[in-house]
Amino acid sequence: MPFLELNSVSKNFGATCVLQNLHLAIERGEFVAIVGYSGSGKTTLISLIAGLLRPDAGTIRLNDLDITAPGPDRGIVFQNYSLLPWLTVYENIALAVDQVFPNHSPEKRRQHIEKYIALVNLTPARNKKPAQLSGGMRQRVSVARALAMDPQVLLLDEPLSALDALTRAVLQDEIAQIWERDQKTVVMITNDVDEALLLADRIVPLTPGPGATLGDPVAVTLPRPRQRKALNHEPAFKHLRALVTNQLLSFGERRRTTVTSKPILPDILPENLDAPRVRRRPLRSHEIKRDEIPLGS
Amino acid sequence: MKKLKFDWLILPALGFGAILILWTILSATVAKNLPSPAKTWEASKLYILEPFAKRGEMDQGILRFTWYSLVLVAKGYALALLVGTPLGFCLGLSRTFASIFDPIIQVLRPVSPLAWLPLGLVLFLDAGKDAGTLGALFTIAICAMWPTVLNTAVGVRAVPQDYLNVGRVLKLSRWKTLTKILIPATLPYMFTGFRLSLGIAWLVIVAAEMLTGRPGVGGFLWQEYNSLVYEHIILSIITIGIVGFVLDRLMSLLERRFKTI
Repeated sequence: MPFLELNSVSKNFGATCVLQNLHLAIERGEFVAIVGYSGSGKTTLISLIAGLLRPDAGTIRLNDLDITAPGPDRGIVFQNYSLLPWLTVYENIALAVDQVFPNHSPEKRRQHIEKYIALVNLTPARNKKPAQLSGGMRQRVSVARALAMDPQVLLLDEPLSALDALTRAVLQDEIAQIWERDQKTVVMITNDVDEALLLADRIVPLTPGPGATLGDPVAVTLPRPRQRKALNHEPAFKHLRALVTNQLLSFGERRRTTVTSKPILPDILPENLDAPRVRRRPLRSHEIKRDEIPLGS
Repeated sequence: MKKLKFDWLILPALGFGAILILWTILSATVAKNLPSPAKTWEASKLYILEPFAKRGEMDQGILRFTWYSLVLVAKGYALALLVGTPLGFCLGLSRTFASIFDPIIQVLRPVSPLAWLPLGLVLFLDAGKDAGTLGALFTIAICAMWPTVLNTAVGVRAVPQDYLNVGRVLKLSRWKTLTKILIPATLPYMFTGFRLSLGIAWLVIVAAEMLTGRPGVGGFLWQEYNSLVYEHIILSIITIGIVGFVLDRLMSLLERRFKTI
Protein backbone atom coordinates (compact mmCIF):
# COMPACT_ATOMS: atom_id res chain seq x y z
CA MET A 1 0.00 0.00 0.00
CA PRO A 2 1.73 3.20 -1.09
CA PHE A 3 2.07 5.97 1.45
CA LEU A 4 0.65 8.70 -0.78
CA GLU A 5 -1.55 7.69 -3.67
CA LEU A 6 -3.25 9.64 -6.44
CA ASN A 7 -5.84 7.67 -8.39
CA SER A 8 -7.31 8.98 -11.63
CA VAL A 9 -7.28 12.52 -10.32
CA SER A 10 -8.74 15.23 -12.54
CA LYS A 11 -9.25 18.92 -11.94
CA ASN A 12 -11.14 21.46 -14.02
CA PHE A 13 -11.32 25.20 -13.61
CA GLY A 14 -14.57 26.19 -15.21
CA ALA A 15 -14.54 24.84 -18.75
CA THR A 16 -10.77 24.22 -18.88
CA CYS A 17 -9.45 20.84 -17.92
CA VAL A 18 -6.21 21.54 -16.07
CA LEU A 19 -5.20 18.07 -14.93
CA GLN A 20 -6.56 14.76 -16.11
CA ASN A 21 -6.16 11.15 -15.15
CA LEU A 22 -3.24 11.50 -12.76
CA HIS A 23 -1.81 8.33 -11.28
CA LEU A 24 0.97 8.58 -8.74
CA ALA A 25 2.10 6.26 -5.97
CA ILE A 26 4.74 7.44 -3.51
CA GLU A 27 6.37 5.28 -0.86
CA ARG A 28 7.22 6.50 2.62
CA GLY A 29 10.58 8.25 2.73
CA GLU A 30 10.73 8.75 -1.03
CA PHE A 31 11.80 12.03 -2.61
CA VAL A 32 9.75 12.58 -5.76
CA ALA A 33 10.35 15.50 -8.10
CA ILE A 34 7.71 16.57 -10.59
CA VAL A 35 9.16 18.53 -13.49
CA GLY A 36 7.19 20.36 -16.11
CA TYR A 37 6.68 23.49 -18.12
CA SER A 38 5.31 26.67 -16.56
CA GLY A 39 1.57 26.86 -16.57
CA SER A 40 1.08 23.11 -16.84
CA GLY A 41 -0.77 22.84 -13.55
CA LYS A 42 2.05 22.07 -11.14
CA THR A 43 0.75 24.37 -8.41
CA THR A 44 -2.73 22.91 -8.92
CA LEU A 45 -1.26 19.44 -8.39
CA ILE A 46 0.45 20.45 -5.16
CA SER A 47 -2.68 22.22 -3.94
CA LEU A 48 -4.66 19.03 -4.59
CA ILE A 49 -2.22 16.94 -2.58
CA ALA A 50 -2.20 19.52 0.21
CA GLY A 51 -5.99 19.52 0.31
CA LEU A 52 -6.38 23.21 -0.56
CA LEU A 53 -8.36 22.14 -3.63
CA ARG A 54 -10.70 19.17 -4.05
CA PRO A 55 -10.32 17.01 -7.16
CA ASP A 56 -13.23 16.78 -9.56
CA ALA A 57 -12.63 13.08 -10.11
CA GLY A 58 -10.47 10.45 -8.50
CA THR A 59 -9.10 10.14 -4.98
CA ILE A 60 -5.99 11.20 -3.14
CA ARG A 61 -5.12 9.04 -0.18
CA LEU A 62 -2.48 9.55 2.47
CA ASN A 63 -1.85 6.57 4.69
CA ASP A 64 -5.06 5.03 3.40
CA LEU A 65 -7.18 8.01 4.42
CA ASP A 66 -8.82 10.30 1.88
CA ILE A 67 -7.49 13.83 1.83
CA THR A 68 -10.40 16.23 2.07
CA ALA A 69 -9.02 19.32 3.79
CA PRO A 70 -5.64 20.95 4.35
CA GLY A 71 -3.80 20.15 7.53
CA PRO A 72 -0.41 20.32 9.21
CA ASP A 73 0.34 16.70 8.36
CA ARG A 74 0.99 17.88 4.81
CA GLY A 75 3.46 20.72 5.24
CA ILE A 76 3.62 22.94 2.21
CA VAL A 77 6.31 25.41 1.23
CA PHE A 78 4.62 27.92 -1.05
CA GLN A 79 6.21 29.38 -4.13
CA ASN A 80 5.78 32.89 -2.69
CA TYR A 81 7.02 31.85 0.77
CA SER A 82 3.77 33.17 2.35
CA LEU A 83 5.39 34.48 5.49
CA LEU A 84 3.16 36.79 7.53
CA PRO A 85 4.94 40.14 7.21
CA TRP A 86 3.98 41.48 10.62
CA LEU A 87 5.56 38.57 12.48
CA THR A 88 9.26 37.96 13.02
CA VAL A 89 10.96 34.76 11.87
CA TYR A 90 10.55 33.24 15.33
CA GLU A 91 6.88 34.24 15.54
CA ASN A 92 6.09 32.88 12.07
CA ILE A 93 7.41 29.46 13.03
CA ALA A 94 5.86 29.76 16.50
CA LEU A 95 2.45 30.22 14.88
CA ALA A 96 2.80 26.80 13.27
CA VAL A 97 4.34 25.08 16.29
CA ASP A 98 1.79 26.46 18.78
CA GLN A 99 -0.97 25.26 16.54
CA VAL A 100 0.42 21.75 15.98
CA PHE A 101 1.76 21.06 19.47
CA PRO A 102 -0.64 22.86 21.82
CA ASN A 103 -0.06 20.39 24.62
CA HIS A 104 3.68 20.79 24.82
CA SER A 105 5.08 23.10 27.50
CA PRO A 106 6.18 26.57 26.34
CA GLU A 107 9.82 25.67 27.04
CA LYS A 108 9.64 22.56 24.89
CA ARG A 109 8.01 24.50 22.08
CA ARG A 110 10.66 27.19 22.31
CA GLN A 111 13.42 24.61 22.00
CA HIS A 112 11.65 23.02 19.05
CA ILE A 113 11.44 26.35 17.24
CA GLU A 114 15.06 27.23 17.99
CA LYS A 115 16.14 23.82 16.69
CA TYR A 116 14.51 24.37 13.34
CA ILE A 117 15.77 27.95 13.05
CA ALA A 118 19.28 26.62 13.64
CA LEU A 119 18.66 23.86 11.10
CA VAL A 120 18.24 26.42 8.34
CA ASN A 121 21.12 28.55 9.67
CA LEU A 122 19.02 31.58 10.56
CA THR A 123 19.65 31.95 14.29
CA PRO A 124 21.14 35.48 14.01
CA ALA A 125 18.04 36.60 12.13
CA ARG A 126 15.41 35.09 14.38
CA ASN A 127 13.95 38.44 15.44
CA LYS A 128 13.83 40.03 12.02
CA LYS A 129 10.70 40.64 10.01
CA PRO A 130 10.43 39.09 6.52
CA ALA A 131 10.87 42.49 4.89
CA GLN A 132 14.37 42.65 6.36
CA LEU A 133 15.38 39.28 4.90
CA SER A 134 16.64 38.33 1.46
CA GLY A 135 14.72 35.95 -0.77
CA GLY A 136 16.88 32.99 0.13
CA MET A 137 16.46 33.63 3.84
CA ARG A 138 12.70 33.95 3.48
CA GLN A 139 12.59 30.63 1.69
CA ARG A 140 14.61 29.06 4.48
CA VAL A 141 12.11 30.37 7.05
CA SER A 142 9.31 28.89 4.97
CA VAL A 143 11.08 25.51 4.90
CA ALA A 144 11.75 25.71 8.65
CA ARG A 145 8.08 26.45 9.29
CA ALA A 146 6.97 23.50 7.17
CA LEU A 147 9.44 21.16 8.88
CA ALA A 148 8.61 22.41 12.38
CA MET A 149 5.05 21.18 11.86
CA ASP A 150 6.53 17.66 11.72
CA PRO A 151 4.48 16.75 8.66
CA GLN A 152 4.05 13.33 7.20
CA VAL A 153 4.57 14.65 3.69
CA LEU A 154 6.58 17.74 2.77
CA LEU A 155 5.29 19.52 -0.32
CA LEU A 156 7.62 21.97 -2.04
CA ASP A 157 6.01 24.16 -4.68
CA GLU A 158 8.88 25.41 -6.87
CA PRO A 159 10.71 26.48 -3.72
CA LEU A 160 13.81 27.82 -5.43
CA SER A 161 12.55 29.26 -8.70
CA ALA A 162 12.39 32.85 -7.45
CA LEU A 163 16.04 32.87 -6.39
CA ASP A 164 19.27 33.56 -8.22
CA ALA A 165 21.37 30.62 -9.42
CA LEU A 166 24.00 30.84 -6.69
CA THR A 167 21.48 30.92 -3.82
CA ARG A 168 19.67 28.05 -5.52
CA ALA A 169 22.82 25.93 -5.39
CA VAL A 170 23.30 26.67 -1.68
CA LEU A 171 19.69 25.92 -0.81
CA GLN A 172 19.62 22.74 -2.90
CA ASP A 173 22.51 21.42 -0.81
CA GLU A 174 20.70 22.45 2.38
CA ILE A 175 17.52 20.68 1.33
CA ALA A 176 19.55 17.56 0.51
CA GLN A 177 21.20 17.67 3.94
CA ILE A 178 17.91 18.24 5.76
CA TRP A 179 16.31 15.37 3.91
CA GLU A 180 19.20 13.05 4.79
CA ARG A 181 18.47 13.61 8.51
CA ASP A 182 14.81 12.63 8.70
CA GLN A 183 14.16 10.92 5.35
CA LYS A 184 10.72 12.52 5.14
CA THR A 185 8.46 11.87 2.19
CA VAL A 186 8.90 14.85 -0.12
CA VAL A 187 7.06 15.88 -3.27
CA MET A 188 8.87 18.71 -4.99
CA ILE A 189 7.74 20.66 -8.00
CA THR A 190 10.50 22.13 -10.09
CA ASN A 191 11.25 23.24 -13.61
CA ASP A 192 14.99 22.56 -13.28
CA VAL A 193 15.97 19.05 -14.39
CA ASP A 194 19.42 19.29 -12.77
CA GLU A 195 17.85 20.22 -9.44
CA ALA A 196 15.52 17.23 -9.70
CA LEU A 197 18.41 14.88 -10.48
CA LEU A 198 20.41 16.25 -7.59
CA LEU A 199 17.72 15.83 -4.97
CA ALA A 200 15.15 13.23 -6.02
CA ASP A 201 14.78 9.46 -5.97
CA ARG A 202 12.26 9.55 -8.78
CA ILE A 203 11.42 12.14 -11.42
CA VAL A 204 7.92 12.29 -12.86
CA PRO A 205 7.43 14.64 -15.80
CA LEU A 206 4.21 16.58 -16.20
CA THR A 207 3.00 17.14 -19.75
CA PRO A 208 2.21 20.73 -20.71
CA GLY A 209 -1.35 21.85 -20.18
CA PRO A 210 -4.24 22.10 -20.68
CA GLY A 211 -5.28 18.60 -19.73
CA ALA A 212 -1.85 17.83 -18.29
CA THR A 213 -1.08 14.32 -17.19
CA LEU A 214 1.94 12.56 -15.70
CA GLY A 215 4.47 11.00 -18.06
CA ASP A 216 6.66 7.94 -17.44
CA PRO A 217 8.61 8.22 -14.20
CA VAL A 218 12.39 8.01 -14.29
CA ALA A 219 14.15 6.42 -11.33
CA VAL A 220 17.27 8.26 -10.23
CA THR A 221 19.70 5.59 -9.14
CA LEU A 222 22.66 7.87 -8.48
CA PRO A 223 24.28 7.15 -5.12
CA ARG A 224 23.89 9.66 -2.29
CA PRO A 225 25.34 12.04 -1.17
CA ARG A 226 25.40 13.64 -4.61
CA GLN A 227 28.09 16.23 -5.28
CA ARG A 228 27.20 18.72 -7.97
CA LYS A 229 30.70 19.03 -9.42
CA ALA A 230 31.41 15.31 -9.47
CA LEU A 231 28.02 14.51 -10.97
CA ASN A 232 28.65 16.63 -14.02
CA HIS A 233 31.26 14.10 -15.17
CA GLU A 234 29.27 11.05 -14.25
CA PRO A 235 27.90 9.19 -17.32
CA ALA A 236 24.86 7.89 -15.45
CA PHE A 237 23.88 11.45 -14.54
CA LYS A 238 24.29 12.67 -18.11
CA HIS A 239 22.23 9.76 -19.38
CA LEU A 240 19.41 10.44 -16.95
CA ARG A 241 19.47 14.12 -17.68
CA ALA A 242 19.26 13.48 -21.41
CA LEU A 243 16.43 11.02 -20.81
CA VAL A 244 14.30 13.44 -18.79
CA THR A 245 15.10 16.47 -20.93
CA ASN A 246 14.26 14.61 -24.14
CA GLN A 247 10.98 13.48 -22.68
CA LEU A 248 10.10 17.05 -21.71
CA LEU A 249 11.14 18.41 -25.07
CA SER A 250 9.07 15.79 -26.88
CA PHE A 251 6.04 16.97 -24.88
CA GLY A 252 6.86 20.48 -25.92
CA GLU A 253 7.17 19.49 -29.57
CA ARG A 254 3.85 17.78 -29.56
CA ARG A 255 2.38 20.99 -28.24
CA ARG A 256 4.10 23.06 -30.88
CA THR A 257 2.89 20.96 -33.82
CA THR A 258 -0.58 22.18 -33.18
CA VAL A 259 0.40 25.83 -33.57
CA THR A 260 -1.87 27.40 -36.19
CA SER A 261 -0.04 30.57 -37.20
CA LYS A 262 2.94 30.42 -39.54
CA PRO A 263 5.98 32.32 -38.31
CA ILE A 264 7.70 34.56 -40.83
CA LEU A 265 11.44 34.01 -40.78
CA PRO A 266 13.82 36.77 -41.86
CA ASP A 267 15.72 36.26 -45.10
CA ILE A 268 19.28 36.00 -43.78
CA LEU A 269 22.05 33.83 -45.14
CA PRO A 270 25.15 32.98 -43.13
CA GLU A 271 28.27 34.83 -44.16
CA ASN A 272 30.73 32.92 -46.33
CA LEU A 273 34.00 33.27 -44.43
CA ASP A 274 36.06 31.48 -47.11
CA ALA A 275 35.42 34.15 -49.72
CA PRO A 276 38.08 36.88 -49.92
CA ARG A 277 37.27 40.02 -47.99
CA VAL A 278 35.69 42.55 -50.29
CA ARG A 279 35.84 46.14 -49.22
CA ARG A 280 32.36 47.35 -49.85
CA ARG A 281 31.51 50.98 -49.57
CA PRO A 282 28.67 51.57 -47.06
CA LEU A 283 25.21 51.75 -48.61
CA ARG A 284 23.45 55.08 -48.71
CA SER A 285 19.93 55.07 -47.19
CA HIS A 286 18.28 55.44 -50.58
CA GLU A 287 20.19 52.45 -51.83
CA ILE A 288 18.95 50.06 -49.12
CA LYS A 289 16.56 47.66 -50.75
CA ARG A 290 13.39 47.10 -48.76
CA ASP A 291 12.40 43.47 -48.93
CA GLU A 292 8.68 42.87 -49.19
CA ILE A 293 7.59 39.49 -47.89
CA PRO A 294 4.11 38.64 -49.07
CA LEU A 295 1.97 37.36 -46.22
CA GLY A 296 0.62 34.04 -47.42
CA SER A 297 -2.28 32.19 -45.88
CA MET B 1 17.27 77.33 -7.10
CA LYS B 2 19.54 76.87 -4.14
CA LYS B 3 17.83 75.18 -1.19
CA LEU B 4 17.38 77.63 1.71
CA LYS B 5 18.11 76.46 5.22
CA PHE B 6 14.59 76.76 6.63
CA ASP B 7 12.69 75.77 3.52
CA TRP B 8 9.98 73.96 5.44
CA LEU B 9 9.24 77.14 7.44
CA ILE B 10 9.78 79.90 4.89
CA LEU B 11 7.73 78.52 2.03
CA PRO B 12 4.51 77.87 4.00
CA ALA B 13 5.00 81.24 5.74
CA LEU B 14 5.14 82.81 2.30
CA GLY B 15 1.87 81.05 1.46
CA PHE B 16 0.16 82.34 4.57
CA GLY B 17 1.50 85.82 3.93
CA ALA B 18 0.11 85.78 0.42
CA ILE B 19 -3.32 84.75 1.74
CA LEU B 20 -3.28 87.55 4.30
CA ILE B 21 -2.43 90.10 1.64
CA LEU B 22 -5.17 88.77 -0.63
CA TRP B 23 -7.63 88.92 2.27
CA THR B 24 -6.74 92.53 3.09
CA ILE B 25 -7.10 93.56 -0.52
CA LEU B 26 -10.42 91.76 -0.91
CA SER B 27 -11.89 93.20 2.27
CA ALA B 28 -10.79 96.67 1.25
CA THR B 29 -12.06 96.56 -2.32
CA VAL B 30 -14.47 93.85 -3.53
CA ALA B 31 -16.04 92.41 -0.36
CA LYS B 32 -16.79 95.43 1.76
CA ASN B 33 -18.59 93.34 4.37
CA LEU B 34 -15.63 91.02 4.93
CA PRO B 35 -13.65 92.19 7.97
CA SER B 36 -9.98 92.83 7.28
CA PRO B 37 -7.28 90.82 9.09
CA ALA B 38 -6.50 93.78 11.32
CA LYS B 39 -10.11 94.15 12.45
CA THR B 40 -10.42 90.39 12.95
CA TRP B 41 -7.39 90.34 15.20
CA GLU B 42 -8.65 93.34 17.15
CA ALA B 43 -12.02 91.73 17.85
CA SER B 44 -10.64 88.23 18.53
CA LYS B 45 -7.70 89.21 20.69
CA LEU B 46 -9.55 88.53 23.90
CA TYR B 47 -10.69 85.09 22.87
CA ILE B 48 -7.27 84.02 21.67
CA LEU B 49 -5.15 85.48 24.41
CA GLU B 50 -7.37 84.11 27.17
CA PRO B 51 -8.22 80.78 25.62
CA PHE B 52 -9.50 79.13 28.77
CA ALA B 53 -11.48 81.98 30.32
CA LYS B 54 -15.17 81.52 30.99
CA ARG B 55 -17.10 84.73 31.13
CA GLY B 56 -20.52 83.41 30.20
CA GLU B 57 -22.09 80.40 28.52
CA MET B 58 -21.44 81.70 25.04
CA ASP B 59 -18.54 83.95 25.86
CA GLN B 60 -15.59 81.70 26.59
CA GLY B 61 -12.00 81.45 25.47
CA ILE B 62 -11.54 79.78 22.08
CA LEU B 63 -9.83 76.69 23.43
CA ARG B 64 -12.66 76.03 25.85
CA PHE B 65 -15.11 75.99 22.98
CA THR B 66 -12.76 73.66 21.12
CA TRP B 67 -12.63 71.36 24.13
CA TYR B 68 -16.44 71.04 24.25
CA SER B 69 -16.53 70.15 20.58
CA LEU B 70 -13.69 67.67 20.90
CA VAL B 71 -15.35 65.84 23.78
CA LEU B 72 -18.46 65.30 21.71
CA VAL B 73 -16.45 64.29 18.65
CA ALA B 74 -14.53 61.75 20.71
CA LYS B 75 -17.69 60.04 21.89
CA GLY B 76 -19.37 60.06 18.49
CA TYR B 77 -16.19 58.91 16.72
CA ALA B 78 -15.70 56.03 19.15
CA LEU B 79 -19.28 54.95 18.50
CA ALA B 80 -18.73 55.17 14.74
CA LEU B 81 -15.63 52.98 14.94
CA LEU B 82 -17.22 50.44 17.30
CA VAL B 83 -20.17 49.96 14.99
CA GLY B 84 -18.37 50.45 11.69
CA THR B 85 -15.39 48.10 12.05
CA PRO B 86 -17.35 44.86 12.68
CA LEU B 87 -19.80 45.89 9.98
CA GLY B 88 -16.89 46.34 7.57
CA PHE B 89 -15.49 42.92 8.46
CA CYS B 90 -18.84 41.25 7.88
CA LEU B 91 -19.20 43.04 4.55
CA GLY B 92 -15.75 41.94 3.44
CA LEU B 93 -15.94 38.34 4.61
CA SER B 94 -19.36 37.32 3.38
CA ARG B 95 -20.58 37.87 -0.18
CA THR B 96 -24.16 37.25 0.89
CA PHE B 97 -23.96 39.89 3.60
CA ALA B 98 -22.49 42.31 1.10
CA SER B 99 -25.28 41.68 -1.43
CA ILE B 100 -27.90 42.25 1.25
CA PHE B 101 -26.50 45.36 2.87
CA ASP B 102 -24.53 47.10 0.16
CA PRO B 103 -27.53 48.87 -1.47
CA ILE B 104 -28.66 50.13 1.95
CA ILE B 105 -25.20 51.50 2.71
CA GLN B 106 -24.93 53.15 -0.69
CA VAL B 107 -28.27 54.89 -0.09
CA LEU B 108 -27.44 56.05 3.44
CA ARG B 109 -23.94 57.21 2.64
CA PRO B 110 -24.65 60.42 0.67
CA VAL B 111 -27.14 61.76 3.23
CA SER B 112 -25.80 65.00 4.70
CA PRO B 113 -25.42 65.43 8.47
CA LEU B 114 -27.79 68.35 8.25
CA ALA B 115 -30.50 65.88 7.24
CA TRP B 116 -29.64 63.35 9.93
CA LEU B 117 -29.67 65.83 12.80
CA PRO B 118 -33.43 66.52 12.95
CA LEU B 119 -34.03 62.76 12.82
CA GLY B 120 -31.59 62.31 15.67
CA LEU B 121 -33.36 64.94 17.74
CA VAL B 122 -36.72 63.33 17.07
CA LEU B 123 -35.43 59.89 18.06
CA PHE B 124 -34.30 61.14 21.44
CA LEU B 125 -37.20 63.50 22.04
CA ASP B 126 -38.12 61.68 25.24
CA ALA B 127 -34.64 62.06 26.68
CA GLY B 128 -35.43 65.58 27.83
CA LYS B 129 -32.29 67.50 28.62
CA ASP B 130 -29.93 65.12 26.88
CA ALA B 131 -31.83 65.11 23.58
CA GLY B 132 -29.42 67.56 22.01
CA THR B 133 -26.31 65.63 23.04
CA LEU B 134 -27.70 62.25 22.05
CA GLY B 135 -28.99 63.60 18.76
CA ALA B 136 -25.59 65.06 17.97
CA LEU B 137 -23.84 61.79 18.90
CA PHE B 138 -26.21 59.83 16.67
CA THR B 139 -25.54 62.19 13.78
CA ILE B 140 -21.76 62.04 14.18
CA ALA B 141 -21.80 58.25 14.42
CA ILE B 142 -23.98 57.66 11.41
CA CYS B 143 -22.15 60.11 9.19
CA ALA B 144 -18.59 59.21 10.21
CA MET B 145 -19.17 55.45 10.01
CA TRP B 146 -19.09 54.96 6.26
CA PRO B 147 -15.40 55.43 5.39
CA THR B 148 -14.45 52.96 8.14
CA VAL B 149 -17.02 50.43 6.92
CA LEU B 150 -16.07 50.62 3.27
CA ASN B 151 -12.29 50.74 3.73
CA THR B 152 -12.35 47.83 6.18
CA ALA B 153 -14.44 45.81 3.72
CA VAL B 154 -12.01 46.55 0.90
CA GLY B 155 -9.09 45.69 3.15
CA VAL B 156 -10.57 42.33 4.14
CA ARG B 157 -11.21 41.41 0.53
CA ALA B 158 -7.64 42.42 -0.35
CA VAL B 159 -6.00 39.98 2.08
CA PRO B 160 -3.80 37.76 -0.12
CA GLN B 161 -5.09 34.24 -0.54
CA ASP B 162 -1.63 32.97 0.42
CA TYR B 163 -2.02 34.14 4.01
CA LEU B 164 -5.42 32.52 4.23
CA ASN B 165 -3.93 29.31 2.83
CA VAL B 166 -1.33 29.38 5.60
CA GLY B 167 -4.19 29.62 8.08
CA ARG B 168 -5.99 26.72 6.39
CA VAL B 169 -2.91 24.49 6.38
CA LEU B 170 -2.35 25.20 10.07
CA LYS B 171 -6.02 24.55 10.75
CA LEU B 172 -6.43 27.86 12.61
CA SER B 173 -9.80 28.37 14.26
CA ARG B 174 -12.02 31.14 12.91
CA TRP B 175 -11.21 33.39 15.85
CA LYS B 176 -7.44 32.85 15.43
CA THR B 177 -7.67 33.47 11.68
CA LEU B 178 -9.43 36.74 12.46
CA THR B 179 -7.02 37.98 15.11
CA LYS B 180 -3.75 36.61 13.76
CA ILE B 181 -4.17 37.01 10.03
CA LEU B 182 -7.17 39.11 9.00
CA ILE B 183 -6.86 42.01 11.43
CA PRO B 184 -3.11 42.63 11.01
CA ALA B 185 -3.44 42.31 7.24
CA THR B 186 -6.37 44.74 7.11
CA LEU B 187 -4.90 47.30 9.54
CA PRO B 188 -3.47 49.69 6.90
CA TYR B 189 -6.84 49.89 5.16
CA MET B 190 -8.61 50.28 8.50
CA PHE B 191 -6.38 53.21 9.39
CA THR B 192 -7.22 54.94 6.12
CA GLY B 193 -10.87 54.55 7.05
CA PHE B 194 -10.22 55.86 10.55
CA ARG B 195 -8.53 58.98 9.25
CA LEU B 196 -11.33 59.74 6.82
CA SER B 197 -13.92 59.08 9.52
CA LEU B 198 -12.19 61.49 11.89
CA GLY B 199 -12.29 64.21 9.28
CA ILE B 200 -15.98 63.65 8.72
CA ALA B 201 -16.73 63.52 12.46
CA TRP B 202 -15.09 66.91 12.97
CA LEU B 203 -17.06 68.34 10.06
CA VAL B 204 -20.31 67.01 11.43
CA ILE B 205 -19.84 68.37 14.94
CA VAL B 206 -19.57 71.91 13.64
CA ALA B 207 -22.79 71.49 11.67
CA ALA B 208 -24.53 69.83 14.60
CA GLU B 209 -23.54 72.61 16.97
CA MET B 210 -24.68 75.28 14.58
CA LEU B 211 -28.09 73.71 14.26
CA THR B 212 -28.61 73.02 17.94
CA GLY B 213 -26.85 76.04 19.42
CA ARG B 214 -24.72 74.03 21.83
CA PRO B 215 -21.59 75.67 23.26
CA GLY B 216 -18.66 74.74 21.05
CA VAL B 217 -16.88 76.16 18.06
CA GLY B 218 -19.87 75.78 15.74
CA GLY B 219 -22.28 77.19 18.29
CA PHE B 220 -19.99 80.15 18.88
CA LEU B 221 -19.82 80.75 15.14
CA TRP B 222 -23.58 80.79 14.67
CA GLN B 223 -24.18 82.89 17.72
CA GLU B 224 -21.68 85.51 16.66
CA TYR B 225 -23.28 85.59 13.22
CA ASN B 226 -26.59 86.32 14.84
CA SER B 227 -24.96 88.97 17.03
CA LEU B 228 -23.51 90.66 13.95
CA VAL B 229 -19.93 90.22 15.17
CA TYR B 230 -18.56 88.92 11.87
CA GLU B 231 -14.92 88.87 12.91
CA HIS B 232 -15.61 85.93 15.15
CA ILE B 233 -16.94 83.93 12.22
CA ILE B 234 -13.52 84.09 10.65
CA LEU B 235 -11.88 83.27 13.98
CA SER B 236 -14.08 80.18 14.26
CA ILE B 237 -13.32 79.10 10.70
CA ILE B 238 -9.59 79.35 11.30
CA THR B 239 -9.91 77.44 14.58
CA ILE B 240 -11.95 74.68 12.96
CA GLY B 241 -9.37 74.34 10.22
CA ILE B 242 -6.39 74.21 12.57
CA VAL B 243 -7.99 71.70 14.92
CA GLY B 244 -8.96 69.48 11.97
CA PHE B 245 -5.38 69.56 10.71
CA VAL B 246 -4.00 68.70 14.16
CA LEU B 247 -6.42 65.78 14.51
CA ASP B 248 -5.39 64.42 11.14
CA ARG B 249 -1.74 64.67 12.08
CA LEU B 250 -2.34 62.86 15.38
CA MET B 251 -4.13 60.10 13.51
CA SER B 252 -1.26 59.67 11.09
CA LEU B 253 1.22 59.50 14.00
CA LEU B 254 -0.93 56.77 15.54
CA GLU B 255 -0.97 54.97 12.23
CA ARG B 256 2.80 54.99 12.03
CA ARG B 257 3.04 53.67 15.57
CA PHE B 258 0.79 50.69 14.84
CA LYS B 259 1.98 49.97 11.35
CA THR B 260 1.98 46.23 10.67
CA ILE B 261 2.90 46.05 7.02
